[in-house]
Amino acid sequence: MKKSSELTAGELHGTKPQGRGGLKSQKSRVQTVILGSILPIILIIAWELLSRAEVFPSYQLPAPTVILDTIAGLAADGSLWGHVGITLYRVLIGFLIGTAFAVILGSIVGFYKKAEQLFDPMIQAFRSIPSLAWVPLFILWMGIGEPSKVTMIAVGVFFPVYLNVVSGINGVDRKLIEVGKMYGLNTFELIRRVILPASLPSFLTGIRSGLGLGWMFVVAAELMGASSGLGYLLVLGQNTLSPETILASIILFAVVGKSTDWLLKIVEQKSLHWQDNAVKA
Amino acid sequence: MSLNINNISRSFNGKEVVKNVSFEADPGEIVGLLGTSGCGKSTVLRAISGLDTGYRGEVEINGKASRKVEASTGFIFQEPRLMPWLNVMENVTFGLKGKKESKDEIGRKYLRDVGLAGSEHLYPKELSGGMAQRVAIARALITSPEVLLLDEPFSALDAFTKMQLQDLLLEIWEEYRTTIVLVTHDIEEATYLCDKIVILKDRPGRVGQEIILDEPRPRRRGSNALANYKTDILNSLDLSRV
Ligand SMILES: Nc1ncnc2c1ncn2[C@@H]1O[C@H](COP(=O)(O)OP(=O)(O)O)[C@@H](O)[C@H]1O
Ligand SMILES: [Mg+2]
Repeated sequence: MKKSSELTAGELHGTKPQGRGGLKSQKSRVQTVILGSILPIILIIAWELLSRAEVFPSYQLPAPTVILDTIAGLAADGSLWGHVGITLYRVLIGFLIGTAFAVILGSIVGFYKKAEQLFDPMIQAFRSIPSLAWVPLFILWMGIGEPSKVTMIAVGVFFPVYLNVVSGINGVDRKLIEVGKMYGLNTFELIRRVILPASLPSFLTGIRSGLGLGWMFVVAAELMGASSGLGYLLVLGQNTLSPETILASIILFAVVGKSTDWLLKIVEQKSLHWQDNAVKA
Repeated sequence: MSLNINNISRSFNGKEVVKNVSFEADPGEIVGLLGTSGCGKSTVLRAISGLDTGYRGEVEINGKASRKVEASTGFIFQEPRLMPWLNVMENVTFGLKGKKESKDEIGRKYLRDVGLAGSEHLYPKELSGGMAQRVAIARALITSPEVLLLDEPFSALDAFTKMQLQDLLLEIWEEYRTTIVLVTHDIEEATYLCDKIVILKDRPGRVGQEIILDEPRPRRRGSNALANYKTDILNSLDLSRV
């Protein structure tokens, strides 16, 4: 407990250019990384050794090096980029569409009481349906091509973003709005200069969890039927009885998904540097 | 600018909290609105500011009835209410229009006035309570308000910072001769700063008494004259009955 609080204090200092103790925080951060990596490294080494000793049958759980070889092989014949690319593309388009709808509808519902009474009950009702349940219907309507996949991802992204936009706008401090009113701001200026920046943290939380759901839904969408993409590799691995392909795909999902989240996290930290939080997620 | 508060009453959910409050403020006068917590001081001030319009009665500014926020009115709240995403300079110039360079030019002047030159780039999270309230004061002054409304502006500050900022307010007043309505529950503060003290009492709140303080400035904290006024005020508040 003590250790982690020391760490955050150090990190806070490190963000200021004149911050002292920057070196110390760097050191302790390296320490945490090392500490956190000990177990995974031991597990991977044990896994490799046990696989080589043929304790795990290779047709069920191939060795880590075999999985890496598979990824290297996909990279060598060029298909890796195609699979990663198309999956990333689907997530991105679905994410953009879902976010756009969520922002528009969320803003309207957040700003206008009447719109809230009109839309919100219906949206809440739709929300209680697990989004994956829509999958068969979308496939029925749109086939198994790109539109149904992108729609599915967009639906998944929509809800967390929508909910956070609405709660962000509803949660804007009335006291700050009063300051704006004291300076004679009209509704439009109030939205631009007070409400939007004040609800930005909530919005960014929303798009980060939206992106997470986007990745979940792209797996579902590609499992349903695809001829390329990381999800397709999962199916391929299952059908060709090659667990290394499945595991390679899982690892690629993790790496690419984490990278996109990391990008958003950087955006979040850059745009929310003013926040007075002790700990930033 | 002169202020004329005529018979203001305000109810929330059918319950009257302020009843027939009237008082005047001459141009350049510092009027204190003093009363126990919950007697409706903030309610009256919000009516004067135009932030609240649900009152009965009339607020006249320079003889003209007004029921909206006037550009000539500035408000300093109990909390600094800075925009956390704006730095000190951006907060101070919040109410200005025009190009950034010209706004910053003016902003620097007011930051110097409140003793914060050099803190332009800090964010609210990096400010102490006193600094934040100075920023709020600069932000309110920058639009050159002719009426300045303050709602217990120093009550959240420590005694030393409070005295510094009270003196700062007087310096500013010397320079701009703003008409000031100061809500406070601090009797020393009221006697140190005000030309006139309007005492609110009872529930619903009404004007109990007006006390004129013709003690010349600079006043000495803790002087006999101020102590006598304090006794008057305490008698008028009649706290034993509450
Ligand atoms: N917006 C509001 N809605 C309901 N009641 C309110 C509102 N504002 C103030 N009141 C009530 O009016 C009374 C006076 O409040 P206020 O003017 O804030 O007192 P003071 O500033 O003198 O402490 C209090 O009892 C408070 O609960
Ligand atoms: Mg009050």
